[in-house]
Amino acid sequence: MASIDISNVSKTYPGASAPSVSDINLSIRDGEFIVLVGPSGCGKSTLLRMVAGLEDITGGEVHIGDRLVNRVDPADRDIAMVFQNYALYPHMTVRENMAYGLKNRRTPATEIESRVAEAARMLELGPYLDRKPRALSGGQRQRVAMGRAVVRQPAAFLFDEPLSNLDAKLRVSMRGEIRRLQKRLGTTSLYVTHDQLEAMTLADRLVVLNAGRIEQVGAPLDIYHNPASTFVASFIGSPAMNLIDAEIRGSSLHIGATEVPLGSMQAAQGPVTAGIRAEDLQVTGHGLPFRVDFVEELGAQRLVHGHVEGQPLTLALTPDAALHDAFHLSIRPGALHLFDTRSGRRLPQPESGVFASRVLA
Amino acid sequence: MTDVTQPPGAAATLRRWWQRTSRPAEAAKRVQFDRPLLPWLFLMPQLAVIFVFFYWPSVQAITSSFYLEDPFGFGASFVGLDNYRDALGSAEYRRIAGFTALFTALVTALSLGLGLLFAVKADKVIRGRSTYRTALISVYAVAPPVAGLMGMMLFDQHIGPFVTLAAKFGWTMQVGINYWDTAFAMILVSVWKQVPYNFIFFLSGLQGIPASVREAAVIDCKNGFTRFRTAILPLLAPTAFFLLIINITYALFDTFAVIDVMVKDKPANNPITLVYKVYNDGFRGNDIGGSAAQSVILMVVVLVLTLVQFRWLERRVHYG
Repeated sequence: MASIDISNVSKTYPGASAPSVSDINLSIRDGEFIVLVGPSGCGKSTLLRMVAGLEDITGGEVHIGDRLVNRVDPADRDIAMVFQNYALYPHMTVRENMAYGLKNRRTPATEIESRVAEAARMLELGPYLDRKPRALSGGQRQRVAMGRAVVRQPAAFLFDEPLSNLDAKLRVSMRGEIRRLQKRLGTTSLYVTHDQLEAMTLADRLVVLNAGRIEQVGAPLDIYHNPASTFVASFIGSPAMNLIDAEIRGSSLHIGATEVPLGSMQAAQGPVTAGIRAEDLQVTGHGLPFRVDFVEELGAQRLVHGHVEGQPLTLALTPDAALHDAFHLSIRPGALHLFDTRSGRRLPQPESGVFASRVLA
Repeated sequence: MTDVTQPPGAAATLRRWWQRTSRPAEAAKRVQFDRPLLPWLFLMPQLAVIFVFFYWPSVQAITSSFYLEDPFGFGASFVGLDNYRDALGSAEYRRIAGFTALFTALVTALSLGLGLLFAVKADKVIRGRSTYRTALISVYAVAPPVAGLMGMMLFDQHIGPFVTLAAKFGWTMQVGINYWDTAFAMILVSVWKQVPYNFIFFLSGLQGIPASVREAAVIDCKNGFTRFRTAILPLLAPTAFFLLIINITYALFDTFAVIDVMVKDKPANNPITLVYKVYNDGFRGNDIGGSAAQSVILMVVVLVLTLVQFRWLERRVHYG
């Protein structure tokens, strides 16, 4: 149990011109579940591996608890890591895999025995303790990898895309299992994934990374409802938030030839990027003219892909809604996000109360 | 080794080993032939080569080992087991067998050990890795007689740098004259020749170990040597087992050229191995029958050694 403090951490690989991770500041409270999420190459794994000690830290400091660990051997950092491809020792049985780290730390044999038994009970690995990893399925292997981390009783768990090698169904159940385990043990966890759904469902706090920098840190729903940039807006949430080129003139938003009144005079004037989530669009008699291209049926909802004023737009409808070739849409009150077109940063938002969404044609 | 459905015995062990090592290919390549002769036709070229270069000479050797052959090919008389009795009864033969055992053990152990050491070290090099690897592998391209010749020059009485070096430590090295000096040079050159081969296999074996397994081990075990012994080495066991067999065979047979260059035309009382004695007795001494008997003995020894290895060592080998 410990907090993790990452201050001004950078990583430049030898021979690389630009840093892979630059100037990251993050403090993780004891017992918190932090998910690092971002597209591949954003530096999330590098950051995790620097905390683990598997990569050198080029600049900045990492503290685990109140100990500076920059120069501490990975084995002495009191962390346990779960890898994407499980990284089990193929020549050892499940029991030996779990006991290996403890044995090397000279834990008494009886203690090892009881911890392995406890982990096996928790992860339902009892019947497999004497099997080799090759005789196990992917999900079982990943549970062994988690067991190996659990028996260590470390200050922190580090997960490096642990579910990416599993099939979709198993991923969902393992996701729940990881969450349950972490809640129960209360161990500080740092979890890397590129899957925004996994990130949303697991995290106490989410860290969205892009090109080696932190875009936004916050609780999953905060990030979902108040994305700090177009990058976050398009990355978090499925389907991705619609981002539309628009212009603010006075107190209204112009999308092509359509005008959407915002109710009050806006601070930002001129071209903006308007962000609207698919579920925040409503079908009305008049409003944004929307032409349907194709429909994706998801069962619980249907995603209607089309375009408005020549720009692509996705709309989420309930399955019982009638389908036409064309709709008129209005934006749900308070659900319009405005971003600076050039920098992609979030602009001061229109007041939701006044913005009562009387959309004029 | 939980598979107990197979009948016991060396042949079954061999077959099982083969099945295990070739498992991925097996499923993909199983083809049904509707005409029974066709697969044999495909096997013909390979079988012909094995027959001409292995079975036929083997049968010839076994046959001649029971005869006393006229050196000029004017006939042969059956002598039963006399050739074997002569060989095994001779003190010289037993002394050479003793040296062969020592030579084989040393050459195998040293070339495996050094090959592994270099592979582990080269695996860690990042900058200039291909230069190191090429430098280490290139020795393998040297033909054995050339290697022997180079060794001879290195150990030459007058110009050999090794002799000069040894002299600095007060060791008057006389390769070709002093029994143990010659043995030392022979072992050194043979090892030098074989290390690159082992290096290539160990290196590729090391690179076959997933990076994440090594990283997991780094987190699980602080001591580098313990980590290597408990987490990395067992994963190299299949490679090491294969190399052990190859290296023993190398030391027993393929060092012939090195030995030949080192001891030919030198005063007597130089160390030689059994395979060199087979050649000496057969083609220098013209004792075809005795030489054949010796080669049969050698064949049996290698066969037994290999089977013992499969039987006892292979159990401890884990195939990923």
